[in-house]
Amino acid sequence: MEVLFDIISWVCLVSGSFFCLTGGIGLLRFPDFFTRIHAASLTDTLGASLILVGLMFQAGWGLVFAKLLLILMFSLLAGTTASHAMAKASLKSGLKPLESDDAEKDGVPEGERPSQQ
Amino acid sequence: MTALAITRMNDLFAVVMLSGIYSLMSAGFFLDLDAVDVAFTEASVGAGISTLLMLASLKMVKRYEGKTKYKPMLALGVVGATALLLIYGTLDMPHFGSADAPIHQHVAPRYINDSMAEVGVPNIVTSILASYRGYDTLGETLVIFTAGIGVMSLLRVSRETKDQQQKRVPADMQQQIILRIVAKMMLPLILLFALYVQFHGDYGPGGGFQAGVIFAAGIILYTMLFGLSTARLVFKSSLLQKLTAVGVLLYAGVGVACMLLGGNFLDYNVLRHDPVHGQHLGILLVELGVGITVATVMITLFFKFTWRTVKHKYIEQ
Amino acid sequence: MYELTALILLVVMGLALVRAFLGPTLYDRILAVNNFGTKTVLLIAILGFLGGRPDFLDIAIVYALINFISIIAVLRFFEYSSKRPMDEES
Repeated sequence: MEVLFDIISWVCLVSGSFFCLTGGIGLLRFPDFFTRIHAASLTDTLGASLILVGLMFQAGWGLVFAKLLLILMFSLLAGTTASHAMAKASLKSGLKPLESDDAEKDGVPEGERPSQQ
Repeated sequence: MTALAITRMNDLFAVVMLSGIYSLMSAGFFLDLDAVDVAFTEASVGAGISTLLMLASLKMVKRYEGKTKYKPMLALGVVGATALLLIYGTLDMPHFGSADAPIHQHVAPRYINDSMAEVGVPNIVTSILASYRGYDTLGETLVIFTAGIGVMSLLRVSRETKDQQQKRVPADMQQQIILRIVAKMMLPLILLFALYVQFHGDYGPGGGFQAGVIFAAGIILYTMLFGLSTARLVFKSSLLQKLTAVGVLLYAGVGVACMLLGGNFLDYNVLRHDPVHGQHLGILLVELGVGITVATVMITLFFKFTWRTVKHKYIEQ
Repeated sequence: MYELTALILLVVMGLALVRAFLGPTLYDRILAVNNFGTKTVLLIAILGFLGGRPDFLDIAIVYALINFISIIAVLRFFEYSSKRPMDEES
């Protein structure tokens, strides 16, 4: 049982850090704000949750578990809401999403162009 | 490096953001040194409240720094000389972490070895702060109190009239519905966590200062999303003023009670028959006083700053 | 395993910091700072486990709170205070 928990938690930690890393690279490399927020917020939610769940498996029941759960809930709520608020505020301030004319040529389908709200 | 960037930048807003990052980093250093309580304070005060207050005051002034008219070479020279002197002074000090430094010979062993028996609080930092060094903490609380009074008297130029109290300032973030609802869900959690930090200070990192700041941060979040007038329905300024004083009074009152019961000022041993229980009670009350004062002063500062910036909306109406 | 995760988080924090320094628009900076904050929360949690002191989780919670509140404060400050176009700012 112990070993099983260890394995699960390792898998969670490693995949979580992988997602965080991709998010960080996307944050740096993507061309405009809306693609960046896409990269950062999505991977952030998944990566942070995975890392916290991985830690939970290590912690076992108790106060530490409860605190981790609190952080998890909080980061799920706050992270997504903050991203939403940021995107909305930037759209309102007149920042337009980058729309290239040759989106099909780049292989980006119609529906997946950056148009977050 | 961040500090260098701060001094070079003209854009005051970027300076505020970078100083937030800077204090996050220094909290990281404190964590590295195993000073959990200090890191806690740095995180909540340095990165949290001071950023908020700086933003609020930034609303009053212009965003870009004015051009300086003189070259501050003399000041730079003075600062540099002082720094050199200080560094020279550290050469005399015992090596970092060495066991025969005076601080490790004299008081620290007593705190570490005896505080469990004398005070009975697992977190040594709390027992030092609130019990051994009770005078210092009282002084710090008084400093915060004085700062609050200073801001209140300086920014009192415009009292709101009855007429203005009737009208309500529209909340700024009316459109952000999701944000408002999520904040409403989170507010109880924040306040609960503040209370946890307040009363759990005996056992883990935390205490009055941090709890007060977290509580104030929760209230500030509410104020930002739902408008100053709504928040003022709960926290009337007369109530805030009284609570500020009550916090300090509670602290000093515990001291006076100790004197009346035959001990020294802030000597909690006499509060109960059992000295350890007395210490517990004393620390709890003192921390509560600190928490109340810090929270109310922070809320007052934020209200006063915001009031200056929303005032013109009344006039336009 | 903790070490690997902590290392990766540090790298990501570095990337976010670079974006905060570069960021052509204001919102890029805010986004980067937000991302930096969430990564700090995770890093503190990991460090707590690494050092065997789960006390650190309290600090992580405070960071999460503070991060959220300050992002909202910044947004509010910019949405309603200045009328200047902020597409390009130095």
